[in-house]
Amino acid sequence: MPPAREWVDPAQQDWRRLDPRMLAVKPITEAGKLLLPAVLVLVVGGTDRWKLWAALAGGGLLVVAGVIRWATTRYRISETHVELHSGLFFRQQRSVPRDRLRTVDATSDVVHRLFGLSVVKVGTGRNDKVGEEDELTLDAVSAAEAEHLRQVLLRRTPGTAATAGAEAATPEQETPAEAEPGEVLAAFRPGWLRFAPLTLSGLAAMGALTGTAFQVLNELDVDPVHLGPLRAVAQWLERTPLPLIIAIVVVVLLVVLTAGAMVLYLVQFWGFTLTRESDATLRVRRGLLTTRSVSLEEDRLRGVRISEPLLLRAGGGAKCAAVATGLGTGAGSDTLLPPAPRGDAHDVAATVLAVETAPTTVRLRRHPRIARRRRLVRAVVPVLALAAALGVGAATGHVPYWPCWVALALLPVAVLLGLDRYRNLGHALTERYLVVRSGSLVRQTVALQRTGIVGWRMRQSPFQRLSGLVTLSAVTAAGEGAYEVTDVDLGDGVALADEAVPGLLRPFLETS
Amino acid sequence: MEELIGTVLLLVPQLVAMFFWDAGRPTLVGTSIATAVLGAVGCVVIPRWRYRVHRWEATPEAVYTRTGWFVQDWRVAPLSRIQTVDTKRGPLQQMLGLATVTVTTASAAGPLEIPGLDLEVAQRLVEELTAATQATRGDAT
Repeated sequence: MPPAREWVDPAQQDWRRLDPRMLAVKPITEAGKLLLPAVLVLVVGGTDRWKLWAALAGGGLLVVAGVIRWATTRYRISETHVELHSGLFFRQQRSVPRDRLRTVDATSDVVHRLFGLSVVKVGTGRNDKVGEEDELTLDAVSAAEAEHLRQVLLRRTPGTAATAGAEAATPEQETPAEAEPGEVLAAFRPGWLRFAPLTLSGLAAMGALTGTAFQVLNELDVDPVHLGPLRAVAQWLERTPLPLIIAIVVVVLLVVLTAGAMVLYLVQFWGFTLTRESDATLRVRRGLLTTRSVSLEEDRLRGVRISEPLLLRAGGGAKCAAVATGLGTGAGSDTLLPPAPRGDAHDVAATVLAVETAPTTVRLRRHPRIARRRRLVRAVVPVLALAAALGVGAATGHVPYWPCWVALALLPVAVLLGLDRYRNLGHALTERYLVVRSGSLVRQTVALQRTGIVGWRMRQSPFQRLSGLVTLSAVTAAGEGAYEVTDVDLGDGVALADEAVPGLLRPFLETS
Repeated sequence: MEELIGTVLLLVPQLVAMFFWDAGRPTLVGTSIATAVLGAVGCVVIPRWRYRVHRWEATPEAVYTRTGWFVQDWRVAPLSRIQTVDTKRGPLQQMLGLATVTVTTASAAGPLEIPGLDLEVAQRLVEELTAATQATRGDAT
């Protein structure tokens, strides 16, 4: 491979390639995605020789692409930098200083696990644009190498880094740190499963399943109406009274949803463990089929977030997530605890932050009563507007009247929602944390380190100006970037900001 | 303020397009006249309003801005947490001798922008901020 020489000096021993086993894994996963359509095409269109060749060529291309990727991708961990070179046509050289690495995320799906491989993503904590995170991805390295990378990359002291660099050539010999399993902070308990149906994930899973089923039927050119059992069901339905049908459908849906949610919960969170490793990292491991391991440096932790979606809140459950800088993208990479009893969530928050009582449990200060009016108005007005629009539509004969009645029936719901939103508004300041809570459908309580606040932001709409309220945001490098204290009294807000980060606001205050 | 010219520039092509498209239709002529009136009022009112609201201040510890006209927005960032300081000058701003200074922190919540600064003031501000930012240690997160 002559062109590689100008980029990579082969004499340098510490350049490493991806695991050659990825050559097998990549085509399999890719082919897996194509398998169903391919089989369907063959079945439906008959075994046309031309199609067979096309399929073979496709498979061949996948293999070639895999070889190219393997041959062109190299990475190196030097004392100061992590470097990644990749690409044949579009060459990419990435180099990241090691002290910028914040998280290591190792994911392996079923095929990867079969071959003992992991995909390693290294988060660098650079936010260029909103939601754009800089990540280095190694797809794929052996599981042992992934573990080794995890330990080496998150180790900070230069001395150990040097030895790690030397060890990098022989990862098989490097296993002493693995012997220390780390302190377990939380582990999966089967009892948590009862919270699974309270998340809406079951609904999503069901939707996806039905969607796929219909697509398959569609592609197979089978009209569901002609399927034997379905037709029997349809005939039976015609003979049964409507209320019974509704009852049956509801029961069946509930059972299926519950089962689906539980299965999904198991798949996602089986074997969940949250540990504090000896090298001051928090590590979350979970997953039944696709295993995932996210490691996060404790220094990068800026706080925790407890979120309670409405149903979960009603059932006394909560989720816990990390608010940290440089957490990799990808769904759920900040998870510290899956839906679990609320007490457990707060306990985890306390242990993770290494404090006695979780800051998320402190008594919060209510917001002024005028904020309640604002929440109510904001909840009710859209519904009223919708009802009015539908009413006008109905009066002019464009739409039937019932949507208007439905919208009006939603009004009490909106009122309740607004009241609940107000009830959940609150903030508090503890010795080290700023705690804010808001939301009704998803109630979130965020405890943010006061030292992690990198600025303040206040927004005031004309209506807020009229009622003397302000939305104060604590700007931070971690998590979502800013956490809002919604509709707080202007004076209180300024006082809060001034107290939370002393000195920052003082020069700009005229009266204090 | 440069917003005045900006608004006019936005308005003119709109009007021209409108007249060319349906010169014969009185209703559309009506709407374009309405746009012109509204635009003219906006031209006069909004920049003044903005100018009245917009404030900025830099102390040895922090940068402070106030922007917006309808929804007002205050932002404060301590100098120790500043990541980058940029100056930008569009063609209009160059014509008027103005510049926009953008101060970015590590947060994803967006930067502080100080639009329409006098060029000299902007340059001095950038120099001061850069010097102050370099003086602080750590990676500002």
